[in-house]
Amino acid sequence: MQKFERLESVAAPLDMANVDTDQIIPARFLWRTRSDGYGHLLFNDLRTSQDGESKPEFVLNLPAYQAANILVADRNFGCGSSREHAVWALMDAGIRVVIAPSFGDIFFNNSFKNGLLPIMLPQARCAELRAALARNPGAKLAVDLEAQTVTGSMRVSEAFGADRFDIDPFRKQLLLSGMDDITFTLSQADDIAAFEQRYARELPWV
Amino acid sequence: MTPARAAAPATLFDKIWARHTIVERPDGATLLHVARHLVHDGSRAGFRTLQERGLRLRHPERTYGTPDHYVSSTSRALEAISEPHRREMVSALSANAKQHGITLFDLGDVRQGIAHVVGPEQGITQPGLLLVCGDSHTATHGALGALAFGIGASEVAHVMATQALWQTRPKSMRVSVNGALGTGVTPKDVILAIIASIGAAGGVGHVIEYAGSVFRAMSVEGRLTVCNMSIEAGARAGMVAPDETSYAYLKGRPYAPQGAMWERALAYWRSLPSDAGAVFDREVSLDAAAIEPMVTWGTSPEDAVAVTGAVPDPAEAASAERREAMTRTLAYMGLAPGMAIEAIKVDRVFIGSCTNARIEDLRSAAMVAKGRKARIPAMVVAGSGLVKAQAEAEGLHRVFLDAGFEWREPGCSMCVGMNGDLVAPGERCASTSNRNFVGRQGRGARTHLVSPAMAAAAAVSGHMTDVRVLMAGGA
Repeated sequence: MQKFERLESVAAPLDMANVDTDQIIPARFLWRTRSDGYGHLLFNDLRTSQDGESKPEFVLNLPAYQAANILVADRNFGCGSSREHAVWALMDAGIRVVIAPSFGDIFFNNSFKNGLLPIMLPQARCAELRAALARNPGAKLAVDLEAQTVTGSMRVSEAFGADRFDIDPFRKQLLLSGMDDITFTLSQADDIAAFEQRYARELPWV
Repeated sequence: MTPARAAAPATLFDKIWARHTIVERPDGATLLHVARHLVHDGSRAGFRTLQERGLRLRHPERTYGTPDHYVSSTSRALEAISEPHRREMVSALSANAKQHGITLFDLGDVRQGIAHVVGPEQGITQPGLLLVCGDSHTATHGALGALAFGIGASEVAHVMATQALWQTRPKSMRVSVNGALGTGVTPKDVILAIIASIGAAGGVGHVIEYAGSVFRAMSVEGRLTVCNMSIEAGARAGMVAPDETSYAYLKGRPYAPQGAMWERALAYWRSLPSDAGAVFDREVSLDAAAIEPMVTWGTSPEDAVAVTGAVPDPAEAASAERREAMTRTLAYMGLAPGMAIEAIKVDRVFIGSCTNARIEDLRSAAMVAKGRKARIPAMVVAGSGLVKAQAEAEGLHRVFLDAGFEWREPGCSMCVGMNGDLVAPGERCASTSNRNFVGRQGRGARTHLVSPAMAAAAAVSGHMTDVRVLMAGGA
């Protein structure tokens, strides 16, 4: 897993609620393997027309946001299907942080496994950030995981200052170290074995 | 297992969570034991991770597989999957199952079907167990009183390697529906009404327990439909307390406990229902009598209204943001504000999916199709080979075929179109599936979520129709 410490980057505003994982990566691409790469397929049907032409009005097609590594979205981002390909597509397209008022639970979990940081900020705050980013195309945000803060460059922060976000300490630790949780869990093998013995005694039919 | 918690009144969820807790860290992260892991033809990435790391499945005997997403709905032959990438997903599952020694209900086995239909049907799903699957509709299995939720590919690999999963304790929500459902109002309408009420993100971070007289009176099949769509309300999982209905359903199923073990299991299952006085973080209640057959008009399952209603007007939206979103949605759906739901013309009907492809669903649709003719293309895809066989034994396939419906082979099919069963761009589909997302059934496809009875009603009339009128003998 890619570790995450600090990132300062152009942030792109995505003004849509309930962006589901079918929109992030349509089902017809899911047979591809992880190593095939998914970046160019991110938001495929929002980014391109049916005949493959780029839709110039879509936010990630605008020149100012080409270098965006941060996405500021609306409520329930990543809802729907459990496909981890949604996280792969974002990561492969360079997105390392998504800020939103709420996330689909499975997408939220999947993000951490790949080094993508999902940050929850209040709904009104996300709306303000999106509006500020739309007014100042190409403006940057800085995300500091250790300090758990999102700060803006001058143009954005003038109005807003710094935001603090919450994060589960265990996930924070794994992200900061880049440690994969399978490795971590395998180090708890004794606890797992002891549990399994007890479980087999108590629920022998399972 | 955690005495401090056992002493206080506990919910069904609390009891299963405690029973499966291996380690709870001071920071709240909890390592949970996984009693049952279901895999399917979309689980290839998990197996690859395992292989890359040189790991074995820790408990192959707790892992069960069946291909569903990529299988053809016209034939059971692997060769019938003409597209090589899709065929490879299905054959990879067979190879992985063989290599790792897991139980597989493969193509050609009458038990093959949609994982969320097969698990309960085989008795693999049981009360009080923690069950996961790399599919968001895993909450389905909560209908039998299991704690079941969907996971991503990394978590699938983690479960394969460790038979355990790190989770943060979700909050609890109880959704009570009391009273009696009207004629023609089905479990699908109940869950669509719930989602319309709490919103597509209403359950985020929560596990829902469905309670009240409606669920007590509901069959296991109906409960499976309700729990299935918990994720569409954003919930981590949905569950119904086990009761005599659940035990009667499970008894004698191939993977259910037998003999003396059945009695031991039953004693455990009877201890599971939420204690009187157990506290939920959130309570919601709906009046059963107020629920009508539902139809979605938009691109989120929360966009649902009664069939007697109308397409909402963005001008009446609560905020400018919502107004803009609704306008965009109606443009995609090709609908005008204020138009009556029953005036919506439909191009195609799909009856199937992990939501509505069980025997009761097919009976309910067949009852409406019987003696009528489909005016538009309509297909019925049973949830498993056993459901298909049962339907054929009851003559339901005859009813569908006589009415001009197609009778297809089990799988996810047109719910997600990964096997090539797609709705054409701009085409409008009345579907018994679970998601009306933009492009879900194919690029540009317009999906209206309905119950099996309502889907059949749309098929025989060519437009959205209140099934209650047909049931009363109307044209």
